[in-house]
Amino acid sequence: MKVVVCVKQIPDPADPGALDPETRTLRRDVKLILDESDSYGVEMALQLVDAAGEGSVHLVSMVPNDEVSGLRTALAMGADSATLVSDEALAGSDALGTSRVLAAAIERTEPDLVLAATESSDGYTGVVPAQVAELLGLPSVTFAKEIAVEGSTATVRRQTESGADLVECPLPAVVSVTAGVVEPRYPSFRGIMQAKNKPVDQLKIADLGIAAERVGWAGAGQEITDVAEAPERAAGEVVVDEGDAHERIVAFLDELKVI
Amino acid sequence: MALDKIWVFCEAGNDGVATITLEMLAKAREVAGTVEVFCGGDGAACAAELGDHGVTAVYATGDLDGRMKGVSVASAVAAAISDGSVAAPDAFLLGTTYDGRDVAARLSVKLDVGVLSNVVDLRLDGDRLVGVEPVFGGTLNVTSRFTGGGPDIWLVRPKSFEPAAVGGSPAEVVDLPVPDLGTTGGAVVRDRFTEESEGPKLDEAAIVVSGGRGLGAAEAYSMIEGLAKQLGAAPGASRAIVDAGWVPYSYQVGQTGKVVKPTVYIACGISGATQHLVGMKGSKNIIAINKDSEAPIFAVADLGIVGDVHKVLPKLTEALEGR
Repeated sequence: MKVVVCVKQIPDPADPGALDPETRTLRRDVKLILDESDSYGVEMALQLVDAAGEGSVHLVSMVPNDEVSGLRTALAMGADSATLVSDEALAGSDALGTSRVLAAAIERTEPDLVLAATESSDGYTGVVPAQVAELLGLPSVTFAKEIAVEGSTATVRRQTESGADLVECPLPAVVSVTAGVVEPRYPSFRGIMQAKNKPVDQLKIADLGIAAERVGWAGAGQEITDVAEAPERAAGEVVVDEGDAHERIVAFLDELKVI
Repeated sequence: MALDKIWVFCEAGNDGVATITLEMLAKAREVAGTVEVFCGGDGAACAAELGDHGVTAVYATGDLDGRMKGVSVASAVAAAISDGSVAAPDAFLLGTTYDGRDVAARLSVKLDVGVLSNVVDLRLDGDRLVGVEPVFGGTLNVTSRFTGGGPDIWLVRPKSFEPAAVGGSPAEVVDLPVPDLGTTGGAVVRDRFTEESEGPKLDEAAIVVSGGRGLGAAEAYSMIEGLAKQLGAAPGASRAIVDAGWVPYSYQVGQTGKVVKPTVYIACGISGATQHLVGMKGSKNIIAINKDSEAPIFAVADLGIVGDVHKVLPKLTEALEGR
């Protein structure tokens, strides 16, 4: 079974982000790391291949520069290989531009199953997995809490507003996984050493037959017209607990007449 | 100048039209002359309530027989526009929900137009909509617009607008047939499970009690549940403890989870990462309990307690007993 996992390298969410003053989008010319949301897809893929007893896990990612450190993290977890579409023309891509590139890169690998996070931690548009599925002409199941594969069918437990749906889906298919559904493994020292020699196929968008005007700023079909500071919420009273802080909370709830 | 026509994606449950749909309808009426909805399911059941909220027509696929809503509804809309049976609206509004995102994503590919996600406000700028998206935990508001030919597709965050009934007559129900989905339609729902949750829903509760990594261990989440029960509140969680598997994704408050705006939000052991703040900053009153006096959550709290949740919460729950 061949599983492709879409992964994104993003600025470390622990560092304060900044907007590029010129483009007014998130600055990405900082150190990029593997989006933690994607580690669940990688782990899920590794477990599914394990359960199937055969197969491989291939990563697909895109960046406007040559950054690979986030990919190495996923390779160190155990993924076998990666395709990185690395092209300056990709800067400023919206969700649809991103999906065009990922879909074209995925198509070349002829996967049985494509996994992705439900959304990235930086852009969080939440539409890329289903866009990729539509571009590939595949069925999709988003917000998966559990996935099992039996022959050429995936059974997916999908999060819904009121609970969960049990969805049966023929492969190949695109499935997006919610965070927390599996425990991503930490890369072992051996894994980290091996990751350095795993194949990372670097492509330009021209290699995928994608025109520059379909991606990046040119393909986004949207513009930012204004960036403004949001009104600040004023901080209130701060009390250091001396063993009686709960009384202050009770009094506050009393004032609000909610108890 | 108002838009001619907006289509709002209608979601409905056993208790009628979803709140997110009614919220979007209120905004749509402000900016467009005609407001219609499209839905995957039975339109007749919602026609009266939708009409009451100013909707003139509901385009409905009828029962989907287990097929996925995203691909079915998007394909039906694209087919209707392409065969000329329906004139494309100026804009589509869909909620940032499980199905709303799927429909928007599939529709954007079919119509070859972009999607702008996570907007919390929409307004007219000339003859086109602009949308506002909060970034960096809501400290900055980014306003964007589409530059292509349209129609525009907007994904709207829940709780962005106030629903308002206007007392219209029932909406006309129009059939929106789902075309042959081919290979895209393979996924089928075999069974549905309803999570039995006691007490109010997270995004509707007057009080929300949320726990974060400061709880230390999954078992300690029972303190959150205990306090929530005592207050008639909904229990919530930060992304950190959802990612750690302590509680399900449906508990998550924040950028990637639910947006809540309760009367009181009680953040316990939550540092206040931007990811979390964006989901709860709109609460009317915020109480925060955290060991670290430098935690960013205190910057938005009306009442901040610098203390150990393991000490404060049991006493608080006990003090509330019998009240």
